[in-house]
Amino acid sequence: MVSNPLTRNIDLSRQPFDLAAYEAVDGYRGLREIARGLEPSDVLDKVRDSGLKGRGGAGFPTGLKWSFVPMGDDAPKQKYFVVNADEMEPGTFKDRLLMEGDPHLLIDGMIIASYAIQANTAYIFLRGEYTESERILRKALAEAHERGYLGNNILDTGFDLDIILHTSAGRYICGEETALLNALEGRRANPRAKPPFPQVSGLWGKPTIVNNVETICNLPGIMAWGNDWYRGLTKGNDHGTKLFGVSGKVRSPGCWELPLGTPIRELMEVYAGGMRDGLELKGFLPGGGSTDFMLPEHLDLNLDYDDIAGAGSRLATGTMIVLDNQTCPVGMIGNLMTFFSHESCGYCTPCRDGLPWVDEIFRAFEAGKGSHRDLAILEEHVDYLGPGKTFCALAPGATAPLGSGLRYFREDFERHISEQRCPYRQ
Amino acid sequence: MTIMTEKTKVEIIIDDVAYQVNADSNLLQECLSLGLDLPYFCWHPCMGSVGACRQCAVKQYRNEDDRDGLLTMACMTPVQPGARISIADPQAVDFRAGVIESLMISHPHDCPVCEEGGECHLQDMTLMSGHNYRRYDKKKVTHRNQYLGPFINHEMNRCITCYRCVRFYSEYAGGVDLAAQAAHHHTYFGRHEEGALESEFSGNLVEVCPTGVFTDRVFSENYTRKWDLQTAPSICTGCGVGCNTAPGERYGELRRIVNRYHGELNGYFICDRGRFGTGYVNHAERLQQPRDGEGNALTADAAAARLREIAGRAIAIGSPRAGNEANHALRKLVGEANFHAGFSAAEQACMDEIAALAADPAFHNPSIREIEQADAVLVLGEDVTNTAPRIALALRQSVRNRAFELADSARIPHWQDAAVREIAQHERSPLYLFASGATRLDDVAEAGVIDTPSGLARNAFALAHRIHADAPAPSGDEEENAARLAKIAEQLSAARRPLIVAGAGSGHADLIRAAGNIARALHKRRGNGERKPVDLCLLAGEVNSLGLHLLASPENSLAAALDKLANGGAENLIVLENDLYRRASHALVDAALNAAKTTVALDLLPNRTTAKADLVLPVTAFSEQQATYVNYEGRAQLAWQVHRNHSAARPAWQWTGDFAHFREALTDCAASAPAMARLAEVLPDTSHLPGGSKLPRQPERYSGRTAMKANLDVHEPKQAQDPDSALAFSMEGVPVRRDATLLASPWAPQWNSNQSISKFQDEINGPLRHGHGGALLLERGTGGAGFYPVPNAGGATGIELTPARQIFGSEELSARSEAIRKRMTDAYVAISPELAAEHGLSHGAAVSVQGEDASVTVLACVRGSMPSGVAALHASDREIDFHGLGARVSLAPAAGDTPAARALDRGLGELIVSDLARGD
Repeated sequence: MVSNPLTRNIDLSRQPFDLAAYEAVDGYRGLREIARGLEPSDVLDKVRDSGLKGRGGAGFPTGLKWSFVPMGDDAPKQKYFVVNADEMEPGTFKDRLLMEGDPHLLIDGMIIASYAIQANTAYIFLRGEYTESERILRKALAEAHERGYLGNNILDTGFDLDIILHTSAGRYICGEETALLNALEGRRANPRAKPPFPQVSGLWGKPTIVNNVETICNLPGIMAWGNDWYRGLTKGNDHGTKLFGVSGKVRSPGCWELPLGTPIRELMEVYAGGMRDGLELKGFLPGGGSTDFMLPEHLDLNLDYDDIAGAGSRLATGTMIVLDNQTCPVGMIGNLMTFFSHESCGYCTPCRDGLPWVDEIFRAFEAGKGSHRDLAILEEHVDYLGPGKTFCALAPGATAPLGSGLRYFREDFERHISEQRCPYRQ
Repeated sequence: MTIMTEKTKVEIIIDDVAYQVNADSNLLQECLSLGLDLPYFCWHPCMGSVGACRQCAVKQYRNEDDRDGLLTMACMTPVQPGARISIADPQAVDFRAGVIESLMISHPHDCPVCEEGGECHLQDMTLMSGHNYRRYDKKKVTHRNQYLGPFINHEMNRCITCYRCVRFYSEYAGGVDLAAQAAHHHTYFGRHEEGALESEFSGNLVEVCPTGVFTDRVFSENYTRKWDLQTAPSICTGCGVGCNTAPGERYGELRRIVNRYHGELNGYFICDRGRFGTGYVNHAERLQQPRDGEGNALTADAAAARLREIAGRAIAIGSPRAGNEANHALRKLVGEANFHAGFSAAEQACMDEIAALAADPAFHNPSIREIEQADAVLVLGEDVTNTAPRIALALRQSVRNRAFELADSARIPHWQDAAVREIAQHERSPLYLFASGATRLDDVAEAGVIDTPSGLARNAFALAHRIHADAPAPSGDEEENAARLAKIAEQLSAARRPLIVAGAGSGHADLIRAAGNIARALHKRRGNGERKPVDLCLLAGEVNSLGLHLLASPENSLAAALDKLANGGAENLIVLENDLYRRASHALVDAALNAAKTTVALDLLPNRTTAKADLVLPVTAFSEQQATYVNYEGRAQLAWQVHRNHSAARPAWQWTGDFAHFREALTDCAASAPAMARLAEVLPDTSHLPGGSKLPRQPERYSGRTAMKANLDVHEPKQAQDPDSALAFSMEGVPVRRDATLLASPWAPQWNSNQSISKFQDEINGPLRHGHGGALLLERGTGGAGFYPVPNAGGATGIELTPARQIFGSEELSARSEAIRKRMTDAYVAISPELAAEHGLSHGAAVSVQGEDASVTVLACVRGSMPSGVAALHASDREIDFHGLGARVSLAPAAGDTPAARALDRGLGELIVSDLARGD
């Protein structure tokens, strides 16, 4: 049986599969099931039963999310399905691999998802810098149209679907699903208040589902080989496989598809090849820039949503940023703070005006002007910018490396103050 | 803001005290309604909640046993029965202190030189949130400011990014040239490039902005702190709506106008004519001394004696821009039979119909709050944005009722502003405009009818017939619009609360009659069980058009007066605050004034009529006197005297009447005209004032009392007395905050800004706690009249002449204010591109408009959406003989080098319309 449903067709040394090649390896099987009479509710049930959780970071059950979309005759006629391909989380490059490596897998999944919620228009909101993904996706979309898998009355099902590829004008906040919707509408990419949730009032005020690229790429396998197979893929509590990435000063940084529940140590030492010579692991952000640091002592935990949460962090995107013992953690966190403060949309006060202060303090530390007074202000901001305080999750995300960094690498902050310089710099 | 229904109350617990609050509201609004101090910025009573500033955080507990609770933004949290919250919780207090500290990071702390200082919501909230020591020691963000035109100053460095400005300007008022730009802590609120803000409501930014980013530029040039302004409740005299305002005075000059809250009328907003159009009060040419026809100064006694001497053989012409007391005193002086209304013939015809319809029990003239509740609107020929701007702003809100319906169906509360707008998208309650060209409401309107005024009337009569077969139909030349009229008829008939709007500004009585027929047709369609009156909003042109009309008998028109004079039927003429050359053909006015033995003109600024008068009596301006005005609804309102006029000018009723005090003039007016019977109700109940004490016009902190006249006399002068009212020209007396009806400038402990109004309201957006001043005068009769007959199409040929109104320039007095003049166009005639081509005219070229008895030279204004059979003439402040032209005109290019053409040097650049077809 297939054990790597996300990446099984990916070979970056050649062009990705075209439609015919993709179909030859069991592609678009879900669509053919639909043509044979599978109801939208059947698709929803199947996805709900699979236990698939969103791979964009929050880990929300996909089937549950879909189930909030109004269905039936009373539901609004116009609904939208949107793929969030605005991959901008620091350290994260998994969706790019999927889109560049196997574009039909995404389109296959989008047809299934759109059918399940009966959306006739779907969007791919693509990070603007992903020009190669754009080229490859456009070609694949044209093929799918040509073949009649997109357009009106697909395979005589009476189901219509258009997929529109939209390249983003930039900004990290566009990855927040409601800000993404505003951006797609041509408005400022500020997040929206929830409720109402996009499932009720989303794109142009219509019921909308926004899913991450990787989440959607799980669907063709679930439709083709079923939930028993899907559950069997995992080594842990959560079902399926997941793309895991490692960046930082490891021997071979990269991105691999592994069963959920794989031990962190295996990812780090077997796949990423361990630390480069002469370097030791000091800590790592397990799921991108907005997750809490974990320490070498956590290496034997498994890559599982609950296990990672138990260590005070989040699996999130599953793409790890590694901190070694010769890189300044203050500098690393400061770099993230510069990013997050610059990417604040400017809507709510704590994020807009709190993060720049945090960033300025890191710059002062870098410049040898660290003080205990400023350190205390940093600590205040961990709470002040935390969950529930701000309009969306951007600032709470930024406090994850900040808060955990202050906790785990306190000594490094103290040395910046006592030595009035960065101790890592020669 | 939303539809008023019987409100459900539920109990919630705030800091262990139980309160009854509105169930369909949010926690912030209810806390404020309860009078609790909870700081906020981005929420606005008329604009709802968006959750941006995070300043109103409170602690919410799940139940009685929950000791931890969760922070929540009060503005974004719906009221739930039994909810337990805490404002005083230490974590909530800390968080709010953190928010204010964040907001103040880049704020320049320039309060001493900031115009907002002393009435700054940011100052108040900073103090309330307990932030008084700056810890931020890094570099501040700075911005470049923009030139935003003659009304508004821009100081972006003070911005705290609450998004209120763009939410008001773009979303509430429909402006397109102010936006949030850039991101993170560089977010910038401005225009795409420097230039005057286009919206007719831009001045409200001054009050909407919680700090000093947008300030009143006119006020800034002659600035005084709020606490140094003498003020009193006043009424805007800019049009017939009667918005409540609070003028502020210092050193004898009127410094500024701000909005004064009225729950039924203007609410929190006024238009830019009202805010920036009172500079004429300080005009250097104000008439200060009585003078004779040769310009020789007279003593007041001599002038008064002269007036009395000629009055016995005089007829009088009243004024729609003067108060009831002034008109009444003059009427009493010359006798009712000799008192004439002083409207132009077209205005008179319109006002006659408006008054007739106002007495009809089938109709209701809606307040602004009621207008906002209409779910289908038809505007008939009236360019509301330019004749009654505040009504246009209300119509813009009425189209949102469809959005609230959609929100209801998705269970989104109405105060969730962004969510309501999102789900509604472009769905609107229908607004249909019958107009002779593009209007400033087109962006929220459905396809209406564009035609000449007579064509509009024909279509409107046809529409009435489609709504109810009893309404007479015009002989069928409305075929081209048949489908559209059918749809409009259907939408209006299906509406829960349809509204028909017309007015005297159109200058066409047929349009008002047509509006009457449409409203009557709608009324007839209503089942007998619920024969509620239909909302028919008829806009009177000027501040007291309706009051004047109630005082003058219908046959005593201006035309009748001019005729009597020219034909020897009267010897002398007394003209009250009226430039007759704006009202009738110059030839007729000349003939009448030449025939009159003595002409007396009472006015405040020189004009063509005062120039021809044998006796000129200077009168006080609106802020220098007490007066009552009757607005479009028939609502009489009292404008208090704000400050004194130190010249020989007097209120007109003092020149012409024998009343010792204002109160006598008013009560005598009420007693002598049946329609004015309820006028005395506008007088405040001052029974709660301890014997003889008064209410201060000056704040307790008013400074300079002993110093400001020290250059004249080092001894402290005796305080001026005001025998005419319950107010004192002093800071002494019973604080105004005891009675909200007398409130000009709200203030409450810790609340120095205009946001303090919530402390005086029954509840947020509700009436003031002691009610609003004013009385609805008009009594509806019992028997309804029938339908108007369809007017004769007539065989007239030529181009129909119609007035083009401009918010800046059409109103006589505001057009003499410095700030308004900077936004005025020159005189122009708006025509279609076809008409322009036919006559070889290009946009901006001089054109001669030729009529019956006159021809005038103005600029050609080519507008793409106009029908070809009409010419819309705007006189601006030029001496244009509009009424001499007659009903039909012809056009011819005018040589550009004649003196008349060369005088037109102001251009058309200030014209904000969407359909300009610039030929060049």
